[in-house]
Amino acid sequence: MTVAMKQKQLLTGAEAVAQAWRQIDPDVVPVYPITPQTPIITTFSEMVAEGLASTEIINVESEHSAMSAAVGAASAGARVATATSSQGLALMLEICYIAASLRLPILMNVGARALSGPINIHCDHSDAYMARDAGWVQIFTENAQEAYDYTLMAQRLAEHDRVRLPVMVMLDGFTTTHSADVAEILPDDLARQFIGEYEPPFSLLTQVATIGPFDMPDYYFEHRRAQQHALEQVREAFEQIQRMFKEKSERPYEGPFEAYQMDDARTALVVMGSAAGTAKAVVDMLRREGRRVGLIKLWLFRPFPRAAIARVLGYVDSVAVFDRGLSYGSFGPLYLEVTSALYSRVWGVENSRRPKLANIIYGLGGRDLRPDQIRKAFDDLEAGRLRADQLYYAGLREEGDQR
Amino acid sequence: MMAKGKLKAWEELEVGAVVLEGGSTQAILTGGWRTGKKPIVDAQKCVNCLLCWIHCPEPAIVTEKAQMRGYDYAHCKGCGICAEACPSGAISMVPEERLVPKRGWIE
Repeated sequence: MTVAMKQKQLLTGAEAVAQAWRQIDPDVVPVYPITPQTPIITTFSEMVAEGLASTEIINVESEHSAMSAAVGAASAGARVATATSSQGLALMLEICYIAASLRLPILMNVGARALSGPINIHCDHSDAYMARDAGWVQIFTENAQEAYDYTLMAQRLAEHDRVRLPVMVMLDGFTTTHSADVAEILPDDLARQFIGEYEPPFSLLTQVATIGPFDMPDYYFEHRRAQQHALEQVREAFEQIQRMFKEKSERPYEGPFEAYQMDDARTALVVMGSAAGTAKAVVDMLRREGRRVGLIKLWLFRPFPRAAIARVLGYVDSVAVFDRGLSYGSFGPLYLEVTSALYSRVWGVENSRRPKLANIIYGLGGRDLRPDQIRKAFDDLEAGRLRADQLYYAGLREEGDQR
Repeated sequence: MMAKGKLKAWEELEVGAVVLEGGSTQAILTGGWRTGKKPIVDAQKCVNCLLCWIHCPEPAIVTEKAQMRGYDYAHCKGCGICAEACPSGAISMVPEERLVPKRGWIE
């Protein structure tokens, strides 16, 4: 299908998400403001006030209430969206677990931000990492375009009949939420064709039922196992929805990550979110120098695409995983996933090796990741200077360095 | 959810642990959770407002023709909410070992 009217616009990431919400036209949006997510809900509220969407917006008293209202509305069969960041996600986390266990297709955008303390309103991925075990699908995006596209795709994914799970779409706080960027918004009719009508498989309004029952030890384990199964279904559904989206948008999303210059790469980086843009520029620069470097930009963090990661990294010499968050006392959460994927799969992949790995922590509390720091990571990888069993910090002041 | 008959495998469960039949709490004998105290009701003081019935989180208040008639101890988990909610002081929590008339109904 050809796209007749492409609408390129100058939009912040938050405005792009609000455009996606307008086209989805959720039945209910319970909201509570928090920086840097707030412009998503204020932009969308203006759209509703102007009659551009028919959503019932509920101004709740906290994020805990926002997610609770989302659970109630979704149980009634409504399409529900909300957004949060940082401490807001921390406060709603209790109910996030419940939303996932009830298998409710709630859409949530997260303007990724550092967690307190010290209090900090700027970007890192600590909030999303905190929620990684809540049972939600988690998607990271690089820029306004991806934030828009994946918000639309997340709605379909959440409602997919083999998934039926809440989906969290991250966009980097300020870097993506507040920066103006060129993004192409689908014409409304195409977007609405893609989204389709929602037929809830279950509604409290029409059916006698107990939602959120108590489980004794005789059933809790089985219900949790079923939840794992639902997450495992997501990888296939994710790619199916990417193909459906490509038909409407001509944007070639394929698979759980973007493999940039990976075909003959000897060294590679793995990164999520807006830092991928800077990293690609560095890859281009080094490629011009004849160096065989590449980049994996991960979209799908939960469920983790372990087989695909093992396939793509099982043939390179060395890999640096960039984490914008830290599991204190251990490594970065993304690094733990990549090492686990390679350890468990690499020996089963023909002719594959186990690459040398290193974990680089960067950008906590909104610190910029500069091109020279990414270049240094490639230099260090190629020279074999990095070890798998210790942490490295990009852009951190340390005693004795040049300042 | 609580076992009735053969336990189901995880693949056989309703999505989202939803319970699709009504009255499922009848099957769960929460009386075994009681620790230390149980409620009794003084029939002379009971004004039959049924606030205990409204507040009770389990099907533990026995009624006959919309009249309070005491407790189903197999379901009463001893939370004491009925005693707090009772406006006429008819309900009191007494030691578990005290012998009381059937259903804790004191004529």
